[in-house]
Amino acid sequence: MVSSANHKLLRVENLVLHFRTTVGTVQAVDGIDFELDSNRAVVILGESGCGKTSLAKAILRLLPRNVEKYTGKVYLNGVDIMALNDEEFRQNIRWVGISLVPQAAMNSLNPVIRVGDQVAEPAIVHLGIKKAEAWNLAKQMFQHVGVPEDFLYRYPFELSGGMRQRVAIAMALVTSPSLIVLDEPTSALDLLTQANIFNVLKRIKKELGTSFILITHDIATSSELADEVAIMYAGQIVEVGHAKDFFPKPLHPYAEMLMASVPRLRQDQDPEFIVGQPPSLINLPTSCRFAPRCPKRFSKCDQDPPMIEKDGRKVKCWLYA
Amino acid sequence: MAETQVVASKSSSEDTRKVLLSIQNVRVWFELRRFGFGIAGYVRAVDGVAFDLHEGEAIAVVGESGCGKSSLMRTILGLHRPREGQVVFEDKVISEMGREGLKWYRMHVGYIQQDPYGALPPFMSVQRILEEPLITAGVHNKKEREERVRKVLTEVKMTPVEDFLHKFPHMLSGGQQQRTVIARAMIRNPRLIVADEPVSMLDASVRVEILKLLRSLQASHNLSFIYITHDLSTVKYFSERIFVMYAGQLVEKGPIGKILKNPLHPYTHALIAATSDPDARNAETYKEVPPGEPPSLVKPPAGCRFHPRCSRIIKGTCDVEEPPEFQPEPGHQVKCWLYK
Ligand SMILES: Nc1ncnc2c1ncn2[C@@H]1O[C@H](COP(=O)(O)OP(=O)(O)O)[C@@H](O)[C@H]1O
Ligand SMILES: Nc1ncnc2c1ncn2[C@@H]1O[C@H](COP(=O)(O)OP(=O)(O)O)[C@@H](O)[C@H]1O
Ligand code: SF4
Ligand SMILES: [Mg+2]
Ligand SMILES: [Mg+2]
Repeated sequence: MVSSANHKLLRVENLVLHFRTTVGTVQAVDGIDFELDSNRAVVILGESGCGKTSLAKAILRLLPRNVEKYTGKVYLNGVDIMALNDEEFRQNIRWVGISLVPQAAMNSLNPVIRVGDQVAEPAIVHLGIKKAEAWNLAKQMFQHVGVPEDFLYRYPFELSGGMRQRVAIAMALVTSPSLIVLDEPTSALDLLTQANIFNVLKRIKKELGTSFILITHDIATSSELADEVAIMYAGQIVEVGHAKDFFPKPLHPYAEMLMASVPRLRQDQDPEFIVGQPPSLINLPTSCRFAPRCPKRFSKCDQDPPMIEKDGRKVKCWLYA
Repeated sequence: MAETQVVASKSSSEDTRKVLLSIQNVRVWFELRRFGFGIAGYVRAVDGVAFDLHEGEAIAVVGESGCGKSSLMRTILGLHRPREGQVVFEDKVISEMGREGLKWYRMHVGYIQQDPYGALPPFMSVQRILEEPLITAGVHNKKEREERVRKVLTEVKMTPVEDFLHKFPHMLSGGQQQRTVIARAMIRNPRLIVADEPVSMLDASVRVEILKLLRSLQASHNLSFIYITHDLSTVKYFSERIFVMYAGQLVEKGPIGKILKNPLHPYTHALIAATSDPDARNAETYKEVPPGEPPSLVKPPAGCRFHPRCSRIIKGTCDVEEPPEFQPEPGHQVKCWLYK
């Protein structure tokens, strides 16, 4: 898809994805707004269970059976892709417009198919090209992600975890999407492998102009790719802004505490922890969702705060009203 | 192949505390069986490791997965027998002990593993889980056991105790599960705690909470502590010395401050360079990462095990002869030819 000058690459408006369970409704994605320009990376940061993977699924319409509510708008290059029917979505959006590197992707490769065939497949299916041409593309993608060409002929078990993760990224790239969603792409990998994968992602961004949504709970490494940062708490985004504003001085009390909890190699201050636990996403309170754990809460916090704009940043907290 | 003698860490001479645990040139190899043909080779998971741990001292073993950290710990716990070398605890050679001896030894050693949920028996309540080690230790008085369970739960800050005693593991948060594992490791008043990646499965905010708890327990009980991790950014809040492990060997040992500020071994350098602090400027630069991947432990490279990836290799030396441990400054050892 060609991006046009007057549209954002991606705009998400009031996206909601709720699940039905026997104990009640899980409000996993609960009114999410954010935007992303072309050739930029946004990091969605949050603790486990806050709804990050559900957000990825909602954007890519990869839904489980027990959906209770799925509403909102997702514009890709100005087109509301939520309005497309499933067939149109499958043909024009998934892979071609947006691809996903799912959580634990490196362990979900098919063990009995050569990785070259696996990387070529989305190109054959979604770009409608011949196998030989798709293999050529796969070869190029291997170069981008730094996997030797002859590995195309190998099976997943013959590759290390880091190499398999690169293959999963190559697969997401092969259809030339303008946006790639990465769900915890390095969480299971070793330090040096992690650093390598981030080098690969930076290079892809620079060389191919791709945009990224990087979903992670790892605050320190998220800064390796982030142009924008969105902090997620209990199904909602509570702060969003440019990385260069966010990392030195987060605004939301939760974001502040999250940053203070990061152990740092190059600084001496002691990390602090956040008292209490994130709430269950069933029966959420009508107050600010962070209020029960917030050291700065005051009378207003009994009500749900709106998203407040401050110096080009957005923060969902009464302190900034 | 050149096999170098590794001697116990010299830093013991500067430390006036008593040595509690001494690891002497330990090798732990696992047999690789070939179908029908006996042994096809060995996985040299621990291959010549030596250090002394003092009473009340906290050390960290840092290395990437597969380098042999858990094998080393399991050997220290008496679960693997080294094929060479000795594990000595308070002047007793535990690597040669029988069942009774090991039973005595395990009273003094607590173990905290990586995956708290997998470590806890799912059908036992917290109270049962914590009483078990006391029963095996011969504490037959139920009242005494209950008192000790309450005391240890208070110490790991699972209060009010009544809220937790009758809970099952799946009813606890990840942090509470790990506290339960810690309580179980502490309940027999051990002298040594071995914690194998105790926080790597936890969320950032909980991670710090657990590390702080471990540190306060270490200090208040004057415990000797071995903290195993792949995360360099957490070690300085915790330990006095750090041991860097690569391909079955300790390649650098020394005080935390020295190693983090002035790493000597090229591998330690690479680990530090690859560790990110949260900083928006990170996105503007590429990281320097050594090429390739850690070697096979079945046929490790000749000479220095890091040489195929090392940018500072001295050709003709590093790829031929295994470097011994050099000591460029007191209390700081490095297994690298650059410091000859
Ligand atoms: N299909 C589903 N049905 C019911 N609950 C779900 C489903 N998928 C996820 N959840 C719940 O939604 C919440 C958010 O999950 P998830 O999006 O995976 O969070 P994260 O990726 O941030 O860890 C969790 O409480 C999870 O158990
Ligand atoms: N019981 C065993 N039998 C055979 N090989 C093993 C056994 N335990 C560990 N290994 C091998 O020893 C090496 C080191 O493993 P481990 O000690 O678990 O490393 P780490 O804890 O640093 O990840 C790995 O190659 C692993 O596959
Ligand atoms: S001994 Fe040689 S190859 Fe090994 S780390 Fe030192 S310089 Fe590099
Ligand atoms: Mg997830
Ligand atoms: Mg291990």
